[in-house]
Amino acid sequence: MTPLSIAFLALTDSAVAVAAREMGFAAEQGIDLTLVRSDSWATLRDRLVYRQVHGAHMLAPLAIAVTLGLGQHGCALATPFKLNVNGNALVMSTGFAAALDPDPARRIDDPVATAHDFATAIGLHHRKPVIGIVHRFSSHALMLRYWLAFARIDPDRDVALRVLPPSLMVEAMGAGEIDGFIAGEPWGSAAIEGGLAEMVFAGVRIWQRGVEKVLAFRADWMEANPELVDRLLVALARAAAWCDAPSNHADLARMLALPGYVGQSSELIQRALTGEIVPRAGHGALAIPDFVMFGREASGFPWRSQALWIYSQLVRWGMAARDPAGERAAANVFRSDVYRRALGGSGQPMPGASMKLEGAIAAPLAVGAHAGTLTLGPDRFFDARVFDPQDLGAYLAKFEER
Amino acid sequence: MRIVIVDDSGLRATVLEEGLREAGYDDIHFVPPRGAFVARLERMAPDVVLMDLGSPSRDSLEEMLIVSRALARPIAMFVDQSDEAMIGAAIDAGVSAYVVDGLRKERVKPVIDLAIRRFNAFARMQSELLEAKTALAERKTIDRAKAILIESRGLAEAEAYALLRTTAMNQGRRIAEVAEALITASSLLGGKS
Repeated sequence: MTPLSIAFLALTDSAVAVAAREMGFAAEQGIDLTLVRSDSWATLRDRLVYRQVHGAHMLAPLAIAVTLGLGQHGCALATPFKLNVNGNALVMSTGFAAALDPDPARRIDDPVATAHDFATAIGLHHRKPVIGIVHRFSSHALMLRYWLAFARIDPDRDVALRVLPPSLMVEAMGAGEIDGFIAGEPWGSAAIEGGLAEMVFAGVRIWQRGVEKVLAFRADWMEANPELVDRLLVALARAAAWCDAPSNHADLARMLALPGYVGQSSELIQRALTGEIVPRAGHGALAIPDFVMFGREASGFPWRSQALWIYSQLVRWGMAARDPAGERAAANVFRSDVYRRALGGSGQPMPGASMKLEGAIAAPLAVGAHAGTLTLGPDRFFDARVFDPQDLGAYLAKFEER
Repeated sequence: MRIVIVDDSGLRATVLEEGLREAGYDDIHFVPPRGAFVARLERMAPDVVLMDLGSPSRDSLEEMLIVSRALARPIAMFVDQSDEAMIGAAIDAGVSAYVVDGLRKERVKPVIDLAIRRFNAFARMQSELLEAKTALAERKTIDRAKAILIESRGLAEAEAYALLRTTAMNQGRRIAEVAEALITASSLLGGKS
């Protein structure tokens, strides 16, 4: 057995790593997998960068930011596998949400109308709303900014974004320090269950196939250990398929509920897994399909175009300077080549390309695949924009025009 | 040099403060990582910030370091990125340190080394305390099991203990585990527990 350690945060989307260990998928590949719980993204990053762990369950934009040397310290990271797609939700205090559409189903189904309502609600609120985000370099923060800006809300001026770890969001809401937050599950559901908040949007309705957590390595370690990396990817791909199967959701929720993993009730955790979301305390569950996805549609595949979309947003918000070297470095964080090498012979459906237009698929689409058949689900952005990874400049210019 | 300790545990912060004062540092402040701690920290204009690596509030602190306009000089994690052994020891000990730009590393290293030693000493103290508590709880369990044996089988105290010990040895278990099992069984059978 080869020892291998992965740092993670207490979130429902640590599921694939947890299942790889608990259901024996890692052991089948001769890997003695240790999961190291971290209580902040900073500590998870430090453990990875300073070689205290081999891999990490990381925010995709953080992996890119660390590689580009934004924020604290730079180190080339690489991700050969996405641990999930989707899974975020924006929740706001019941007081703030009172100014939005009173029917949470309509609110979540129509992010365009809700964005405009949100702009009005900001004016009605007794202070500039304070919204908790988990990290400036998080998929959540980039998604929230994208949505707010659609309704001409300036995320750096019209609202106050405050960084808090997911596990402290509910407490901060209870203390009135924040008016809402966007985080991975089960924390949104926990705030709703506590009667503190209501759901305003579900990430899957903002970007139907949104990038979320990735498996990140130090690039030098990944290059030096190809055989071990391949075995781990096989284990994770099997674990991801297991996590997606509806018949396993109850077991998976119970596993994640253990105090060493997420430490919240399995009933809360299960909501995101099944997509049966309770949007307001006491309200019936709404079916939100694909609320979080682990393995279907080859969702582990790190499309380089998705890394570039993240880079485009970092540039858009002035967090990264745009230059050809940075663009290349960002795209290179997503290592679709390693995914292909590891899973090529495993019968996993394998996309033929490594880049695609993001947001261009309106209905399930069969795409060119090297092995098996691969149907990609709709991946549209709520505002119908399409991201062409070959033409970042034109994409960014269109945001400026509005 | 102004040192701010961001810590939840009053005891660990005290252990660290004592060490720093003994080493001659006297401009030391505490901030618990609660509520608007980032704003307080900003006003203090620290040269070095020491923080528990396990604190969930590190992300909030780092965000402040990126956006703060009040801080005259940027503050970065650790001081000498090349000293991987020191950083590894700090992470193991649960220390994270942020140091204002321009402070010479010879001045900072002793502070971080001291924090590492004190954090390690604190962790040892905690585990010894836990061991002592566990030992005390086990003693009570064994005493209760002995009392049950004395009452139900008319044994002397030494005999009751010997019986527990032999059973534990034969089953390859700890005496406290056998005692626990006996108490549970006895209460199921309606005895006093």
